[in-house]
Amino acid sequence: MTERMTGAQALVRALENVGVDTIFGIPGGAILPAYDPLFDSRQVRHILVRHEQGAGHAAQGYAQATGRVGVCMATSGPGATNLVTPIADAYMDSVPIVAVTGQVASGAIGTDAFQEADISGITMPITKHNFLVTQPEDIGRTIAEAFHIAGTGRPGPVLVDIAKDALQANFDFAWPQALQLPGYRPVTRPHSKQVREAAKLIVDARSPVLYVGGGVIKARAAAELRVLAELTGAPVVTTLMAKGAFPDSHPQHMGMPGMHGTVGAVGALQNADLIVALGARFDDRVTGKLDGFAPRAKIVHADIDPAEISKNRHADVPIVGDCREVIADLIVAVQAEHAGGRMGDYTAWWRQLNAWRETYPLGYDQPGDGSLSPQHAIRRIGEIVGPDALYVAGVGQHQMWAAQFIGYEKPGAFINSGGLGTMGYAVPAAMGAKVGSPDTTVWAIDGDGCFQMTNQELATCAIEGIPIKVAVINNGSLGMVRQWQTLFYKGRYSNTDLHSRRVPDFVKLAEAYGCAGLRCEKADDVDATIEQAMAIDDMPVVVDFVVHQDAMVWPMVAAGTSNDEIQVARDLAPEWENGD
Amino acid sequence: MSRHTLSVLVENKPGVLARVSALFSRRGFNIDSLAVGPTEHPEISRMTIVVSVESLPLEQVTKQLNKLVNVLKIVELDPGSSVQRELLLVKVRADTETRSRVLETVQLFRAKVVDVASDAVTIEATGSKDKLEAFIRVLEPFGIKELVQSGMVAVGRGARSITDRSLRALDRSA
Repeated sequence: MTERMTGAQALVRALENVGVDTIFGIPGGAILPAYDPLFDSRQVRHILVRHEQGAGHAAQGYAQATGRVGVCMATSGPGATNLVTPIADAYMDSVPIVAVTGQVASGAIGTDAFQEADISGITMPITKHNFLVTQPEDIGRTIAEAFHIAGTGRPGPVLVDIAKDALQANFDFAWPQALQLPGYRPVTRPHSKQVREAAKLIVDARSPVLYVGGGVIKARAAAELRVLAELTGAPVVTTLMAKGAFPDSHPQHMGMPGMHGTVGAVGALQNADLIVALGARFDDRVTGKLDGFAPRAKIVHADIDPAEISKNRHADVPIVGDCREVIADLIVAVQAEHAGGRMGDYTAWWRQLNAWRETYPLGYDQPGDGSLSPQHAIRRIGEIVGPDALYVAGVGQHQMWAAQFIGYEKPGAFINSGGLGTMGYAVPAAMGAKVGSPDTTVWAIDGDGCFQMTNQELATCAIEGIPIKVAVINNGSLGMVRQWQTLFYKGRYSNTDLHSRRVPDFVKLAEAYGCAGLRCEKADDVDATIEQAMAIDDMPVVVDFVVHQDAMVWPMVAAGTSNDEIQVARDLAPEWENGD
Repeated sequence: MSRHTLSVLVENKPGVLARVSALFSRRGFNIDSLAVGPTEHPEISRMTIVVSVESLPLEQVTKQLNKLVNVLKIVELDPGSSVQRELLLVKVRADTETRSRVLETVQLFRAKVVDVASDAVTIEATGSKDKLEAFIRVLEPFGIKELVQSGMVAVGRGARSITDRSLRALDRSA
């Protein structure tokens, strides 16, 4: 069955056919033909953002909140290059998005035409795959392929760049389209021999750890993970990308590992004799200095991407597969070991783990000068708003505190920019998350530096009726950089003071954008302010939490050092001997 | 560091060479030699890539290559069980006095003269990297005016073909 239509109509039809309900974007010259049929689509809601970077992060937030592929759209040249940061972000954090960009007419490609940029060349190293389409006949199949690639295997961003003349041409559109991807065959079924081998190591270990990464959330394997954890009795650590994959309140949860992880989680990995990595990638922010990472541990590494296995740390037992299938198979294999009378005995290990946990809990000091502690504000947001909300962070101190002091009980409850570390992620990503999950309360936990990078999307939120809540943790500076200057540059605060406690006035800014603006400067007012923000549900709310400037994120493993060098506060290292 | 020869079957589509070569540089690998051309199947191109790496990083780059959607198959060819050839075109000074000795060298190396001018000849030679290096050494005293070499191409010995199964995959998806 074919139907005569333009390439642009085919694009919109194909997007509808693959199930798209929301596109974040901005029109412009080369993509303009696509915006005409989009105007008539009853299925697709186009949300007009204020900057293409906002469209990209919103697509990410949408994808993270729904588990579906997020979509953003931009024109050629600067429209497309403004998508580069969110595409790179999605690539690092394996977020499924499809970016559709207009390109100059095929005959003009390569002539330095107005608003021409080789966006498929530019995004080659930061996309899972990308396409340049110059024929209308290829549009439908390419869209189908793009969504398939983005959403399957290890998810990631796919860019589809379409020449303007292909959008304008008339042709006979056919659907469905057979995918032509002979080189794309993700492996999801784990090898049973490897799984049995892993199960043997688990029951033989004396001090194992389940090292859980974002892949567990992507694979929707939280329920299976909990069964495996409780079956084995092993401690669990969840990375920044995996917060919520295992309930923070669970007694086997040792917290987040890494540069700002808990002493318990870092100590567990460092002293383990077996690490079972599930959808995690031994990122340098987790391992610290690689040579010094978990020196005695054997490694079971399960990941859907074979290239992650043994990339940073040699895997003794490599398992390629979808985390949900891997964990389900591991459960069966461990049960078989148990049935054969082989159980792991981790009693001594837990004695040690509990000693660390009790001696070095996460904590913070209240500032002596009566100013507001940022950790307190963030902790109270988590406690008052509760575990059913989505929390979206930017990058920096506030992000780490949001990871540390909010209790995550559900997979996907914490959305943030992990791998790329993109400042400005929170507001647009929260907007996308709210669109994807409109009945859920969405809080952006942002810093004053981050917030000033992308807060123009508050206009989008106000106009489009997307009532997110934004907590600006305002310490008036680029806090994490300032912290490093305090610790490693003798307190020389070169270009980190933003003066954002004076300029801009975030309350007035919020109001100018059609949002409610609140301010909180004292610990005593925190609860009332949060409750006031929660009571407003017909418009976005921005809360300016004016906080103490010198608060630091602890614990900390300094960059390039071993995890053994973790400090719980400045010049204060844990006594590792205690537990032995 | 050791040299490895990779045969990479890819879809014959625009931009694939850029994807492959960019991946090598992005992941910090130097390509010693690269040759690309069509195969017996018009939809498949074959790249022969020679890299100098340890075996562990080689495994990593192979896995990364396999993730490229347009890459169909990667086979490492062992020098002992494959035929490896490069093509050399070299323009050598040859006047009436030296021409006969140049031609003698050409005979010895089973090369052939493809162009003759009054004071130079252009020689075509194929062979392994070692043979061509030896040939160039012998020609050098005559005076090399210009030299161009192709990347290495290689094929496994015996009756088996590495393209068969990839072709089936391609047929299935079509």
